[in-house]
Amino acid sequence: MRIKSKLVDKDGLDRILTRIAHEILEKNKGSNNLVLIGMRTRGEFLAKRIKEKINLIEGTNLPLGVLDVTLYRDDFRTRIKQPQVSVSDITFDINDKDIILIDDVLFTGRTVRSALNALMDFGRPKTIQLCILVDRGHRELPIRADYVGKNIPTSQNEEIKLKVEEIDGEDAIYILEK
Amino acid sequence: MPLSSRHLLGMQNVPKEDIQLILDTANTFKEILERPIKRVPTLQGKTIVNLFYENSTRTKISFELAEKRLSADAINFSVSTSSVSKGESLKDTVKNIEAMKVDMIVIRHSVAGTPLMLTKLCDSNIINAGDGIHEHPTQALLDLYTIRQKLGKLENLKVCIVGDIAHSRVALSNIYALKTMGAKVSVCGPSTMIPKNIEELGVDVIFNIDEAIQENDVLNVLRIQLERKAREYFPSIREYIKYFGINSERLEKNKKDILILHPGPINRGVELSADVADGPYQVILQQVTNGVAIRMAVLYLLGTLN
Repeated sequence: MRIKSKLVDKDGLDRILTRIAHEILEKNKGSNNLVLIGMRTRGEFLAKRIKEKINLIEGTNLPLGVLDVTLYRDDFRTRIKQPQVSVSDITFDINDKDIILIDDVLFTGRTVRSALNALMDFGRPKTIQLCILVDRGHRELPIRADYVGKNIPTSQNEEIKLKVEEIDGEDAIYILEK
Repeated sequence: MPLSSRHLLGMQNVPKEDIQLILDTANTFKEILERPIKRVPTLQGKTIVNLFYENSTRTKISFELAEKRLSADAINFSVSTSSVSKGESLKDTVKNIEAMKVDMIVIRHSVAGTPLMLTKLCDSNIINAGDGIHEHPTQALLDLYTIRQKLGKLENLKVCIVGDIAHSRVALSNIYALKTMGAKVSVCGPSTMIPKNIEELGVDVIFNIDEAIQENDVLNVLRIQLERKAREYFPSIREYIKYFGINSERLEKNKKDILILHPGPINRGVELSADVADGPYQVILQQVTNGVAIRMAVLYLLGTLN
């Protein structure tokens, strides 16, 4: 895959996350009942940043968890490569909470489907709201995001790549092409 | 990276990367076992038969729980209530079971090599749950996992296996796996229970239990298998206790800090005194808990291999 173009840079990403943090607070009328859950791998880092922003605005300290959905995937029988599993880290009670589920790219919707199933195994939240940095279309399941960073219509042979400072050395969103 | 084999027959020749992968994957399952709903849908639609030709409490329940927590369909087969008592051979039994479309077979048998034979009879993934005095790989893996959890590493750790080394599948699997992971392994027991030429596996032999306690970070104490005629190898149980039994006086005399493992079931008052079996150095029940996570990891890694 080669880079077609850089869609968002460091400042752009920061502005998107600031806006999303405000949207989350506006919709939930504050941060009282909120918990944040980031999906491994990139969603975890986005969740941390959103948490910092909300903490700054509201002066609170929201619980933050990390979810690994590998074991809930529906493509074990068709994948050639065995996916690497890692640990979920949700140390707080999610019963009756408003969960903000955070991931980088929304594509077919299958990962979100497995995340919903996984979360139900941890308890019965009041609501689950989906926060996505990039919605690239091509949904295969009836799933939509509540908070969207950017809508980027793509073709099937393109790919969206979010990079985060912590593991990729820079903050940016790229569009790649086969 | 997936596992390099589609069966788990023993720890002999299992590469370091595979052991590492199984131990790391078990961390994930350990977390699942802490959840309110201890179940993931990963092996939905897979059928696993537990074929136990020998008695077992821990291993059988552990495998069954692991299978159910991965949402596989688990079928239990026990010899006493099956057609084996009508004289059906193992080969016929397995062929018939496989004709009912199963995906994996977990087998325990008193004859060494039975799991290997099954790989030639059928297409299912085969997991050895103990074959005679040969190997018991998932026990070794859970022992390694427990040691790593407690001491943070395996490399260069000094581990001594104590007891009837000659008739123990736990000992053999542990030796292979620990050596692969870079631990320094020794064995300790009455000379009648130490196999000839065991040094060829790269282990040291210690005949003095006090010395074994002083020089090691971990003791893996085996059960004296009274049902396997262990009594023929030493004059009396009292004498075994005197020279090889581990009690708190012996531990205090020799060392302050040591990790004690035991695969169970314990002969209390024989290989371990009751106060050691319940004491601060042992991790016996943690081994049992970890056993479920390890078996989930093995079933997951083999069951999702394409």
